[in-house]
Amino acid sequence: MTKRTLSRRLPTPRNLGYSFNWVGRIGLTLILFWAIVALIGPWITPYPVGKVVDWDFFGPMSQKFWLGTDYLGRDVLSRVFMGARYTVGLALAGVTLACTGGVILGMIAAVVGGWFDTILSRLLDAFNGIPSLLFGLVVVAAVGSSIPVLILTLAAIYLPGAYRFARALAVNVNTMDFVTVARARGETTLYLILREIFPNILGPVLADLGLRFVFIVLVLSGLSFLGLGVQPPNADWGALVRENIEGLSLGAPAVIFPSIAIASLTISVNMFIDNLPTRIRDRSE
Amino acid sequence: MPQTPLVSVRDLTIGAKTDSGRKVHIINGVSFDIAPGEILALIGESGSGKTTIALSLMGHARTGCSITGGQIRVGRHDVTAMSERARQVLRGTEVSYVPQSAAAAFNPSQRIIDQVIEISTIHKLMSRANAEKKAIELFRALALPDPETIGQRYPHQVSGGQLQRLSAAMALIGDPQLVIFDEPTTALDVTTQIEVLRAFKSVMQKSGASGVYVSHDLAVVAQIADRIIVLRSGEIQEEGPAQQILDAPTHPYTKELLAAFEPVPHEAVAAGEAKVRSSILRVADLHIGYGKEFGREPALKVVRKVNFKIERGRNLGVIGESGSGKSTLARAIAGIVPAYRGTMEFDGKEFGMSLANRSKEELRRVQIVFQLADTALNPSHSIEAIIGRPLTFYRGLKGGQREARVIELLDMVKLPAALRHRLPSELSGGQKQRVNLARALAAEPDLILCDEITSALDTVVAASILDLLKELQRELNLSYMFISHDLSTVEAICDDVLVMYNGEVVEALPAADMSSKATHPYSRLLISSVPKLDTGWLSGLEQDPELVAAFSKR
Amino acid sequence: MCTLPTSFTPYFLIAQRLGIALITLVIVSFAVFFATELLPGDVAQILLGQAATPEAVAGLREAMGLNEPAIYRFLSWLAGLASGDLGISYVNNMPVTQLIGGRLISSLKLAGVTTLFTVPIALSLGIGAAMARGSLFDRVVSVLTISVISVPEFMVATLAVVIFAVWLGWLPALSYGVEVDSWSAMLRGYAMPVITLSFVVSAQMIRMTRAAVIETINTPYVEMALLKGASRSRMVLKHALPNALGPIANAVALSLSYLVGGVIIVETIFNYPGIAKLMVDAVSTRDLPLIQSCAVIFCVSYLSLITFADVIAILSNPRLRHR
Repeated sequence: MTKRTLSRRLPTPRNLGYSFNWVGRIGLTLILFWAIVALIGPWITPYPVGKVVDWDFFGPMSQKFWLGTDYLGRDVLSRVFMGARYTVGLALAGVTLACTGGVILGMIAAVVGGWFDTILSRLLDAFNGIPSLLFGLVVVAAVGSSIPVLILTLAAIYLPGAYRFARALAVNVNTMDFVTVARARGETTLYLILREIFPNILGPVLADLGLRFVFIVLVLSGLSFLGLGVQPPNADWGALVRENIEGLSLGAPAVIFPSIAIASLTISVNMFIDNLPTRIRDRSE
Repeated sequence: MPQTPLVSVRDLTIGAKTDSGRKVHIINGVSFDIAPGEILALIGESGSGKTTIALSLMGHARTGCSITGGQIRVGRHDVTAMSERARQVLRGTEVSYVPQSAAAAFNPSQRIIDQVIEISTIHKLMSRANAEKKAIELFRALALPDPETIGQRYPHQVSGGQLQRLSAAMALIGDPQLVIFDEPTTALDVTTQIEVLRAFKSVMQKSGASGVYVSHDLAVVAQIADRIIVLRSGEIQEEGPAQQILDAPTHPYTKELLAAFEPVPHEAVAAGEAKVRSSILRVADLHIGYGKEFGREPALKVVRKVNFKIERGRNLGVIGESGSGKSTLARAIAGIVPAYRGTMEFDGKEFGMSLANRSKEELRRVQIVFQLADTALNPSHSIEAIIGRPLTFYRGLKGGQREARVIELLDMVKLPAALRHRLPSELSGGQKQRVNLARALAAEPDLILCDEITSALDTVVAASILDLLKELQRELNLSYMFISHDLSTVEAICDDVLVMYNGEVVEALPAADMSSKATHPYSRLLISSVPKLDTGWLSGLEQDPELVAAFSKR
Repeated sequence: MCTLPTSFTPYFLIAQRLGIALITLVIVSFAVFFATELLPGDVAQILLGQAATPEAVAGLREAMGLNEPAIYRFLSWLAGLASGDLGISYVNNMPVTQLIGGRLISSLKLAGVTTLFTVPIALSLGIGAAMARGSLFDRVVSVLTISVISVPEFMVATLAVVIFAVWLGWLPALSYGVEVDSWSAMLRGYAMPVITLSFVVSAQMIRMTRAAVIETINTPYVEMALLKGASRSRMVLKHALPNALGPIANAVALSLSYLVGGVIIVETIFNYPGIAKLMVDAVSTRDLPLIQSCAVIFCVSYLSLITFADVIAILSNPRLRHR
């Protein structure tokens, strides 16, 4: 008995419940790869990003240009590396804003309850009634596309979902006796939110953040593909696909690789989240 | 034994895979026989493997478990060697099952009758008309109201006690040789339990089938079983006729189980009878309800017209069945659910109804301890943080001072000091409940509200918690308000008792006089319904059927 | 057992749901109006361009009623919407109703054909995967659906073009300009957009259906059926599926709401003359009245689908049906 409890106390990943199977590990590796590329992108691009380096457009993969060249003869590898910055960076900024805002509001609504909860929930539910891509279209039509507008739009699209998710979790935790005990002790709302509720919804919230990140990447790529996202000469992966769509019938690497980049990122995040240990992912809904 | 047993189990081993992928044995080399017509009880606490063994008799193992060794023979069938298809033929016709929660085991979208006769449909035993006729006979034998029409209802339209009896009809429709009862009365109130138990006993006698009765409650089992097997951690501790197990247990664990059952009468803290006792809490005309408060009266009124007082150093028990409003009363005193009418006086001063109307000092002096230690301790805080928080909050203790006090408190509840670095998930149920108590003690309260704090614990553990409560009271001059559905628990610790029924106090009297002097019919019914450790108790029990009809929720 | 307050009849709940949908619609249209009328600044200035004289701008503002308070403009716009008057396009001075009419029908056709195509396939795959949980079939279906869900709609579309139009040469890549004079021509014209949309929608539908069925399979009453000796198919068909019908219908309606997002990308890629294409074009020319109307139409269809899903969930609750 003592032996078992001792072995359970050792903080190995397995004992903490943080061990992943191989699918999860592949996912994590790919995510880390793209994160690093996004961070150090400008220093590892083989050619300047905007520079036409080849006479041939839609060039094939070669020793000189690993992923071929695009519709102007620019190096695709360099452009995909730089695109990672926009796609990963914008999506991360958007998802961070959405989840921070959503989780804070959700926890407050769950603890405070009453009319504050009712009004906020109804209002944000109403905003959930707007299809995400459509919301993006309308905003871009109204104020034009720029990096801050894109980040705010993406955050606004996913804030209601993050709110709803965090609120549902927080409401569940809020009914637990330990919160009642703390409340009966006379603790403040702030203490209840920060110390009693937040630590207990963190795991599922992080898993949800990952899934929302995937959706944001998809909407961002969709907007860019429609020409309403990141504007030239800069380009995220969605915009790279749009620029080079002509090369599709030629089977040009310039259109295939940005697509693969998007898919590899989103699929790996999904793989990672799906294979998180149940202890973290478990949603107490 | 002259006749061949109906069931024989030899060296049964069942393995399970834990979450971390480790393989463990949850049943270890269990062997027993069941004679035709005999009812065998499997007794044990949570985790003893009693349900797992019972299900294995049908060749079924829940997800993650599998039968890894041994042999199970039922009639002429070797269950362990059978194919899944052959087991399907066996289930329902030879061996059938009465579930713990009939409410969950009935399909919500089908009429009851269709589910009761389903076994005969699956195995093509008889025509539908005959099956329905037989079902109605069974309903009648099980003393169900409106036997002709009750089958036409949907599961959510009948009560829990009725569903439990309907599930017995469902199990008996195919004339099985063996019926497995899996804690079938655990979820029921005591007054309902009697009815169900009685119905089970009479149909089993009539049908002549053998039975396996799984339970944690020795007194319940004593009423229905011929033989008892005591289990612990997947191994048999003792086996014998029911009477022998009760009267002359040989195994120390069985003795421990029985000892936990013995009522230990409570002796009031002798503080000198002459001394005038001051009342710590006085409650007058308390009304409590939930829901919107438009014109001050809540939509759902749960508790009405409650009056009582608790004297310093004395304990008040509140007893009643589910829905009687006893927990709500505790919450109202703690200020969690504000009462909407009436007055409360604490230590001679007017007490605010809601948390917001009480000072920190007033909040400190009343602490509440909940039933489920699992949900009462924040799973992401260490034990030290959990016990230390009231110290910091009420007394401003920090650092070493706080740690020293936490160790002291752990010692008070008989837990080792090293435990303070653990998380609640690493503690056993009994340990958690002690931590739960230590947190309340940390506030140094005058009154602790105990809401069913022993109900979720195994008998032996619950008894030790009660002992601890008494000891703490002697040391700290505390008062307890003890909420429970269990009469013996209340008798063991309380000086006075309130009996609640349907939101009102129907009777108040000293705990010592509970059994002898209770006059209200409901109190009498409640007292007479508590099973006794006596095999003849149920057969000898006589209750006024009109009384039962009036108060029990059947 | 039956302790629900009497006000919780299914009809009451449905009426409540419809009321919420209506309020949501008002809030949503306000958001659309706010975004398109108030965010961009002076619409008259935008229309006339930077070179316009202040007098001309002022005149246009007067003519367009832009000097009225925003709330009044919102209400009159809402009243117009309700009576079918969607305003005049800035770009080509045609009534928006006229521009939208035919396009809306084309889009609805696309959505309808996709639905007919998707629902039976997705349901059988989803239920099948749930029944054979953990099998090779289940894992293949799961991997495929998660892959489709994880990639943008335009990638599904481009892949479909590469496979069906470029490699196999079966179908034309674009629908635009195809003369719809015969069944085969129409089929070919619809094929690419329908295939793409079907992939997107059915992936969602399979996943949700599978989850809904698995949830009911894991209930105690299905285990009870097993202990009565029921076969696997009886457990699923008699006990799990009837209780999963509500959640499944709910999943179908919710998945169909993905049509709204998908159709925007698909119509653009395939040049399909539907309302989404119209809207994307309007965004590039900043034709605000047209954008408003299209946005509201999309929101209405999206909202009606999710409300429909909710209503089904209410109706399928046996506790509410048999009181």
